[in-house]
Amino acid sequence: MSGNHTTSHEGENHGSYVSYIVGFVLAVVLTVASFAAVLSKAFSFWQTIAVLGVLAAVQMVVHLVFFLHMGVKSDSQRQNLAAFLVTALMVLIVIAGYLFVLWDAQANMMPG
Amino acid sequence: MLGKLTLSAIPYDVPILVGTFIGVAVIGIAVLAAVTYFKKWGYLWREWLTTVDHKKLAIMYVILGLVMLVRGFADALMMRTQLALAYAGNPGYLPPHHYDQVFSAHGTIMIFFMAMVMMQALFNFVVPLQIGARDVAFPLINSISFYMTLVSAILINISLFIGEFSNVGWLGYPPISELQFNPGVGVDYYIWSVQISGIGTLLTGMNFLTTIIKLRAPGMKWMHIPVFTWTAFFACIMILTTFPVLTVSMALLALDRYVGMHFFTNDGGGSVMLYLNLIWSWGHPEVYILILPAFGVFSEIAATFSGKPLFGYATMVIATGIITFLGSLVWVHHFFTMGSGADVNTFFGIMTMFIAVPTGVKIFNWLFTMYKGRIRFEGPMHWIVGFMITFSIGGMTGVMMAMPAADWVVHNSLFLVAHFHNVIIGGVFFGYVAGLSYWFPKAFGFKMRDVWGKWAFRFWFVGFYLSFIPLYAVGLEGMTRRMNHYDNPNWHPWLLVACVGVFVLAAGVACQLIQFVLAAFDAVNKKPDALDLTGDNWGSGRTLEWSIPSPVPHYNFARLPVVRGLDTFHIEKELGRPAPVADLEPIHMPKYSAVGPVLGACGLLIGFALVWHIWWAVIVGLVVAFFTVVHRSANLDVDFYVTVEEIRADEEAFARRLAAAKAAE
Repeated sequence: MSGNHTTSHEGENHGSYVSYIVGFVLAVVLTVASFAAVLSKAFSFWQTIAVLGVLAAVQMVVHLVFFLHMGVKSDSQRQNLAAFLVTALMVLIVIAGYLFVLWDAQANMMPG
Repeated sequence: MLGKLTLSAIPYDVPILVGTFIGVAVIGIAVLAAVTYFKKWGYLWREWLTTVDHKKLAIMYVILGLVMLVRGFADALMMRTQLALAYAGNPGYLPPHHYDQVFSAHGTIMIFFMAMVMMQALFNFVVPLQIGARDVAFPLINSISFYMTLVSAILINISLFIGEFSNVGWLGYPPISELQFNPGVGVDYYIWSVQISGIGTLLTGMNFLTTIIKLRAPGMKWMHIPVFTWTAFFACIMILTTFPVLTVSMALLALDRYVGMHFFTNDGGGSVMLYLNLIWSWGHPEVYILILPAFGVFSEIAATFSGKPLFGYATMVIATGIITFLGSLVWVHHFFTMGSGADVNTFFGIMTMFIAVPTGVKIFNWLFTMYKGRIRFEGPMHWIVGFMITFSIGGMTGVMMAMPAADWVVHNSLFLVAHFHNVIIGGVFFGYVAGLSYWFPKAFGFKMRDVWGKWAFRFWFVGFYLSFIPLYAVGLEGMTRRMNHYDNPNWHPWLLVACVGVFVLAAGVACQLIQFVLAAFDAVNKKPDALDLTGDNWGSGRTLEWSIPSPVPHYNFARLPVVRGLDTFHIEKELGRPAPVADLEPIHMPKYSAVGPVLGACGLLIGFALVWHIWWAVIVGLVVAFFTVVHRSANLDVDFYVTVEEIRADEEAFARRLAAAKAAE
């Protein structure tokens, strides 16, 4: 653990103007692509859902790499892994939980 | 030009509000005049408002929390007196529409602007000192967090005098919070003040999690971390996992109200039940976010005042972790009556009951810490004993309501209201007040008069039982919450007792305020026995914050401490502190910055303008905020070095004080 409190974080990737601009352009392109996928009506319903899911996942990776500097050089792989596992667990609990609860309510309260 | 804002939005025809406004205006003008008279504006701006020092931010958080406590408590007084009067045809003095705003404001303020604020005060003050850090990981973001909290508190108070506040309870359930049923600005005030303060809390969570992971003193392994910091760590994890859910649910509700979407409406494919799931999968972890740091405070106090190490440190940490996990698996117990089947309700009921296990472990750990200890019943210790009794009762009624069948009987009744006040006052509030009196000498370098703290406790303890045990009774007799008036003769005596109770609580609040005023008086008069010379005010401090001078120098630690185990300072007292090997070195510190206040002002402008649909002002606020951030990002002059001479002078002064204290013994 680093005990020194300084604003210079040696060994950590802090990004450059170029990397920020690349990340920004990628984020914009992916966002526009998501809207286009829905508005153009080029895909069927389930295809649209799938396309949006893929674009969202890529968008997350772009943010993590270009804005949060989660590069391969980072020396805190274990912490990254722990953070991802906790996040994944929480998302799983929330989404699975909502489906469980709302499905059950639907089955009980909406006859026919 | 001014959107929906017209002169008619100002409630000059409501005497209670006009009176409040005059009172607030008089106090406000007096404070501003005093600052001007003593020529303190420059000092205030340079030393406090632009600060990035976690200790000063903590003090400002405490002041904000106390002001909001008084505000929220005034709402409580109004509700209890209304219910004591509004019986058998008497309408009371609060018409229903006003009463609805009072209970909504009470809940929103007490959770977001009293409890969360006090919690962040404790995080700010204690965590860096306990882990031997010189500041938090991101000091400027810490200042921004404070300003987001401050301006959202200001926004909620503006709603008193311009427009109205939400009248749908502290969680803004749709469909009644939708535009169709609530076309006024009340719910919008609620949405934006919660949203802005949520940004602040989220940044705090990120900041302190990073601080605890990255900035611990050399040698401090995970299992050497003091328990308060552990509870802060888990609370931060919960903030990061659940506050985004709150942000999303508020954003979706805002989209419904502002651009006519249908997330939670009755028609158009909306689902009210989705809102319940969203808001409570934030809301339940939220109460654990509040209570875990209180548990941490009690752990520190129990060990210090029993003169023993905390019993079962490892089980305490594990229990905290288990509560963190289980806390995110129980949200449905807030709406067993929603219409899910027995399997859903059983699952969440059992999960809820499980939480009593790690919490019980903690209670026994504190009891065993006290067992055969040399207990000193000073102020902070009173609160922990009162807490253990009160919180256990609250926990038991909680387990009762965890049974879905029993919950169907008391759902939405005053029994529920009594239960959550039982755990939040008896747990969270007692914990934070204990923490305030425990760390006060560390923050200011002088002591508060303990006798007033003890009286505050006595009034709070007795007043709590007088106010809320009657609510259990009327709840079981079927009185629903949020009721404005009633006819049932069985309820009336109970509600009279509760009204007496709230005045006893008021005496407790008064004692606390007197305690602060007297402490300031003693400090100004430099009363000799009020000074904390040694930095170890209670004489039995165990963790690092007691090893440094009080008040703490702005760089915290002249030399970074070397941690040799759990309760490092206690080890040093037993075995002696190792002589410093290295000479003093200049300390690298962040400069104060005006970015926090500027972004806060932008946040206030944006929030107010969004409430009243003043779109140009929203754009102005966003543009100014954007360029402030860009300017700051391009600014490289953000740090400085504390000179060795300054540190050495501080150290020598501290050594003289220590010698004087030793001679006085």
